Amino acid sequence: MSYFSEIYNGIKTLLTGMSVTGKYFLNARKGVITQQYPDNRETLKMFDRFRGEVIMPHDNNNEHRCTGCQKCEIACPNGTIEIIWDRGIDEATGKKKKKIDQFVYHLSLCTMCGLCIDVCPTDAIEWGQNFENSVFDRTHLTRVLNEPGSKLAPGVEE
Amino acid sequence: MTISIIKNSHFWFFSSAAQGTMSILEMVLIALVYLGVFSVAGLFLVLLERRIAAWFQLRVGPNRVGFQGLLQTMADALKLVSKELTGTVKADMFLYNLAPYFVIVSSLMALSVLPFTKELQAFDINIGIFFLIAISSIGVIGILLGGWSSNNKFALIGAMRSGVQTISYELSVGLSLLTMILLTGTLQLSEIIEVQKEGWLIVQGHIPAIIAFMIFMISGTAETNRAPFDMVEAESELGAGFHTEYSGMKFAYFFLAEFINMFIIAAIAAIMFFGGWLSPFGITESIPWLGVFWFLGKTLVLVFLMMWFRWTFPRLRVDQLLTLEWKYLLPINLVNIVLMALMVWLNLIIKV
Repeated sequence: MSYFSEIYNGIKTLLTGMSVTGKYFLNARKGVITQQYPDNRETLKMFDRFRGEVIMPHDNNNEHRCTGCQKCEIACPNGTIEIIWDRGIDEATGKKKKKIDQFVYHLSLCTMCGLCIDVCPTDAIEWGQNFENSVFDRTHLTRVLNEPGSKLAPGVEE
Repeated sequence: MTISIIKNSHFWFFSSAAQGTMSILEMVLIALVYLGVFSVAGLFLVLLERRIAAWFQLRVGPNRVGFQGLLQTMADALKLVSKELTGTVKADMFLYNLAPYFVIVSSLMALSVLPFTKELQAFDINIGIFFLIAISSIGVIGILLGGWSSNNKFALIGAMRSGVQTISYELSVGLSLLTMILLTGTLQLSEIIEVQKEGWLIVQGHIPAIIAFMIFMISGTAETNRAPFDMVEAESELGAGFHTEYSGMKFAYFFLAEFINMFIIAAIAAIMFFGGWLSPFGITESIPWLGVFWFLGKTLVLVFLMMWFRWTFPRLRVDQLLTLEWKYLLPINLVNIVLMALMVWLNLIIKV
């Protein structure tokens, strides 16, 4: 009798599968996941975990959170990050202190592995949502992430 | 409307002097019309398949060329025509070039007997359904030739699988149609539809007819080498199967033939089970040319069913394919024929 129960089960499972795809077919207009990219460029928003490029957020006072510890530079497997640092006088304490001059980021070398962001102790760098990374000249891919004239936000090192 | 054009042209041709040449000319013209209409219709079936596939997968599908992508497959066909015809070294060039024509001609020949309405039928022979079964299995020779002559192991494996598949499933197609022929008592397509004025055959034959319909749709899908029975092409295993080495227009012939074959299988199912061009409950009986829309509507619903199969079920292994045919479909089919014969004998048919 297993012959007939196999046929019955076979038909039942086939119909189950067809009902699943049938529901998708009927909801195709609502649930469509394709982005028609150049048309919806204004409204297109990437998802939270998207790895577009490494950025360094600055607050309103043009202050970033990078202390220049160079952990990201050491963590990077392909030399994407170069930190050019200097020693300057800290206003608050009057002592000599390490600070970054330029945080150089080579997007052309980056594999988006995210080790730099994982390793950063002060959360100074994070993932940007920009995905339109193609440029006509590869020198545009070498970016300085800290804004000119920016300084370390107070209270980061405590 | 369409029918009157055919009748008028017929009258016009035969009122002319030289009857012999005129009848040949008429045949050639009708053949050209069929060729033109169905190559375009095949292209639109390809488009339909792509849009429906997209909807099943929550995508959009081709929607850029023309309104809602209506000209997409036309553009694809134009591109294929303009492409270079390549081939492999040491390919058997004669058979290699012949194979696509076998496939496309056999599928176009089958179209000639399809009744679109009572009058719009190119060739109403008394062995209609038998002719259809016979013609639809000739296409496999083209596939075997193409695979064998390509001098490519994937093409050869694909072609051999196609042979195995078609020989096996041909039985089920034939036997399931034979079940229905027990009801109609004739092979002629126009008479088969005439019988169904007392209720579509799937209603007349109820249980055995429904079983026969299921078997026909399964084996018909296998016959056209479509997923889930696409062992012949099996992209993940064989590249493109038997047409791996074909390019340009020769590839387009294979591609078009697959879609026309799908249309033919759906059309046979519409004729044999759902009354062909008959309207449901005879609602448009007074306007005979509306039959075209009923016929095409029924056919397209069945085509959609086959596309639904394709985008739902995973591909079978070769041994599973043969198990399905020889251990399940064939015995069920044979029992089903006996059942149907009993139904007809004891007059248990439902007639409206």
